[in-house]
Amino acid sequence: MIQESIRNQITFSQIAAAEGLKAGLQITPEALIDQVRESGIRGRGGAGFPTGLKWAFTAAEKSDKKYVICNADEGEPGTFKDRVIFENWADLVFDGMALAGYAIGADEGIVYLRAEYTFLREKLEKCLAERRKKVLLGENCLGMKGFNFDIHIHMGSGAYVCGEETALIEALEGKRGEARNRPPFPAASGYLGKPTLVNNVETFAWIATIMVKGSDWFRGLGTEKSSGLKLFSISGDVESPGVYEFPMGISVNQLLTEVGGRGAKAVQIGGASGTCVPSAEFDRAIAYEDVATGGSIIVFGQQRDLLDVAENFLEFFEDESCGQCTPCRIGNSKLLEGVRLLKKGECSAKYLNELCKLAETMQIASKCGLGQSSPNAFLSIVKHFRKEIFNREPVAV
Amino acid sequence: MTQQATAANTEMIPVTIDGKETRVASGTTILEAAKHLGIRIPTLCYHEDLCVEGVCRICVVEIEGMWTLQASCTYPITQAITVKTHSPKVRKARRHILDLMFSEHYGECYSCARNNNCELQNLAQEYGVDEYRFGHPDLPIFNIDKSSFAITRDNNKCIQCRRCVRTCAEFQEVKALENVGRGNKTAIGTFLDKPLGEVVCINCGQCINRCPTGALTAKDQTDLVWDAIEDPTKHVVIQTAPAPRAAIGEEFGLEPGTPMTWEMNSALREVGFNKVFDTNFTADLTIIEEGTELILRLYKTLVQGDTSMPLPQFTSCSPGWVKYIEHFYPEYLGNVSSAKSPQQMFGAMIKTYYAEKNNIDPKDIVSVALMPCTAKKFECNRPEMADSGHQDVDFGLTTRELAKMIRESGINLPDMPKSDFDSPFGTASGSGVIFAATGGVMEAALRSVLEFVTGKQVENFYDHADIIPVRGFEGCRYVELKIPEEVGPVPAIIQHLVPDWNWIKGATVKVGVAHGTGNARKVMEDIKAGGKFSECHFIEVMACPGGCLGGGGQPIPTNLDIREARAKAIYAEDRAYGEAGKARKSHENEAVLKVYQEFLKEGPCGHLSHKLLHTDYTPRGKYID
Repeated sequence: MIQESIRNQITFSQIAAAEGLKAGLQITPEALIDQVRESGIRGRGGAGFPTGLKWAFTAAEKSDKKYVICNADEGEPGTFKDRVIFENWADLVFDGMALAGYAIGADEGIVYLRAEYTFLREKLEKCLAERRKKVLLGENCLGMKGFNFDIHIHMGSGAYVCGEETALIEALEGKRGEARNRPPFPAASGYLGKPTLVNNVETFAWIATIMVKGSDWFRGLGTEKSSGLKLFSISGDVESPGVYEFPMGISVNQLLTEVGGRGAKAVQIGGASGTCVPSAEFDRAIAYEDVATGGSIIVFGQQRDLLDVAENFLEFFEDESCGQCTPCRIGNSKLLEGVRLLKKGECSAKYLNELCKLAETMQIASKCGLGQSSPNAFLSIVKHFRKEIFNREPVAV
Repeated sequence: MTQQATAANTEMIPVTIDGKETRVASGTTILEAAKHLGIRIPTLCYHEDLCVEGVCRICVVEIEGMWTLQASCTYPITQAITVKTHSPKVRKARRHILDLMFSEHYGECYSCARNNNCELQNLAQEYGVDEYRFGHPDLPIFNIDKSSFAITRDNNKCIQCRRCVRTCAEFQEVKALENVGRGNKTAIGTFLDKPLGEVVCINCGQCINRCPTGALTAKDQTDLVWDAIEDPTKHVVIQTAPAPRAAIGEEFGLEPGTPMTWEMNSALREVGFNKVFDTNFTADLTIIEEGTELILRLYKTLVQGDTSMPLPQFTSCSPGWVKYIEHFYPEYLGNVSSAKSPQQMFGAMIKTYYAEKNNIDPKDIVSVALMPCTAKKFECNRPEMADSGHQDVDFGLTTRELAKMIRESGINLPDMPKSDFDSPFGTASGSGVIFAATGGVMEAALRSVLEFVTGKQVENFYDHADIIPVRGFEGCRYVELKIPEEVGPVPAIIQHLVPDWNWIKGATVKVGVAHGTGNARKVMEDIKAGGKFSECHFIEVMACPGGCLGGGGQPIPTNLDIREARAKAIYAEDRAYGEAGKARKSHENEAVLKVYQEFLKEGPCGHLSHKLLHTDYTPRGKYID
């Protein structure tokens, strides 16, 4: 079933297990980090932090113990590419993690696997066991004396916020999944207070790929600020939903053509926490410098009511806010109440403006990325579809 | 955790806040730097006693070059930054945050225990809240939890700053309160949402002192006390503990550490109490009873090899500590002194000795205790605390409740004339006074024990009888004191206890002091691991930081400076007793000696003492049915 959801040629298919790891271990950790930096790759989870920089920060920390964490808490509504990667190319992810361990000086890797992916665990454990047999993990990994990198899997418990790296670390430590105050960043003080590198599943797979195909190859694809290729999870009102590989910077229009979604009313880029792009702006580029995404693309056909969309997303955030900071805990509920008033034709223009200002405060005053991005969909829908959402007939009582 | 700017060799970083420039040690938070520059940033979830949380977001500020606002309480300055603390963006965000809080905050200020002393109310005024932009609840959402004898919890007023959780979990290491639920259903709760009266809460009330609103309050019993006062058939007496005197002035606008002992006596009579007694009388009595018990324990264990009364002996005056050990270390209850707390000893004495002496039927006596403490409310309701044949103490009032009664009587406390305590208990010794500070019970006990066994004035060993080594605010203290080679003569009152006293010659007495149950846990774990505290003979533990002067019933707010100021007042009063020629040692308290002559004729730890002044404890465990 998962196989069927792969829609186009995916580069990972060209890379053999351990190929990237072997290549990467030929060079010094410093040179390896330089390669990552030169490739221009940015975090594939969605936030888009330059991966090379993150690795360099963690490598620079002096500590007896460091950790590499693979963020497999793929919880953004509309994204499922990490699941596909694990199903098909788990070795590349583990290669990428081992490369990270080598680069930053860590001997322990942890995969934080979302609870809903429990069905993948057995397969992944088997893969890890195989790798240990082949000495791709464990003591003197690949014959390199003193490089003892191993990986274990930790199951998540179903909280969306644990995709945020510091909340993930809290959960790993057995605490409530809640974002930490930053700084300090995980690179300096992460899991158990030790320097910790957290990257997305896809990021690790690309690192292994870059080691084989070269950083120049990767840099040559995509845009200047968003280099390389990326996997996208396409869902909604399209003819062929599934996982696609596209270069970064692809326009919404191009993408819709590829997936059979022409004539869409709007596209939600970046999942529930992303932006709702109206058809008038379909020439925009899917890239960190324009509209960013961790891979989730949800297409809305002409028949969709965007207030339903906003309501659905805000219901999600009302539940999935970790509940610690005021703007996110209460703000999302207020936005949701507002959407419901709009649906009933009972929201005044003045109150809608108040809600938009509140949403802006949530974006800048919330403690973590969840609350900072949860109002995005609401704001973009109000901005682009004000006429549609504001002209509701009052519901007869 | 906040990284304090301390180390001299830390790198100094330039920072500009609202146009004012300074340099701070790397790691200093923006909030600390602003305070240093005299710039006020509002806070709610921040509390000086606690680790930072960064959740209320009221202290957000704008850092040049950053798109999002940062919580100034958590942001460590590690590179040169320019900060604006009241930019339009910041001001709007703060107002929004308050609006959101008010959209969930149910309860009217008029009827709130924290009216005029509420951080949320103050911020509403400061930020010009003039309407509820995002609504306001018309009805309560949560039931008010009144199950505890000590603490009332009204989640409708809670703004989820989590100070109570941090106080309970990190400061006191009790963990009765926690964050439960997720999303907009997140709340402060208890294990399985049980009522507070049924969980491991030790009633210390430290959460109340750190709650910015009226979500946590002490159970108010002032109406019941008024009823008793107004009832002509009742003889209403009040005993007053030493800590409230050093703090109640704060309720009347005085600086922390302004003692109000003698003014308060007059005020209490004005309020309508028939007699005003000094709890220090039974503090002195406690020293005699507990000190005697210690000598018995030492003799049994060290001389006779009898392990029935184990060492170290723990103090038992702090009801928060007693419940803590009942829950968390029940296997050590045999180490807790069987002597009741001064409050409960007094309760038993009032309804027996005092009633008899004055020909009053004890059933007509209403015995009130003014305490700095919320746990005292629980303690006086313990079923075993009825050795007089009646409930020994009827009501435990906090300093805050009494201040309310005084105000309600139209009295401005600082204006009151000074007057003394009532007989027959009179004024106690300076040793009783210092019970209010951490280390005070230990110092009082040592003053007496040293004189008992050496037959010499304690001033021969410590100037002015100030046993400085056991004083101070360090969380856990370990002190060794050498007993001189010559002993005796031992006073008649305890002479008969053991057949000979030579064993104590040249001995080294090892004592420990801990305050705050978080520190108590460190001591207990050290004992379990066989560390140096396991070698102690006597350990004083107070549940609250700083001892009783930092109690959960004391005026709000609290912080280290306030507690230190109160401690200063306490030690000054003890000194003043000496300067005025009054007793400073428990065994010099004439009223106490008289009680042993007239009433407790078998002496300390005798039969009647045991009946009235001693108790036993209930192993509770950590698990709840």
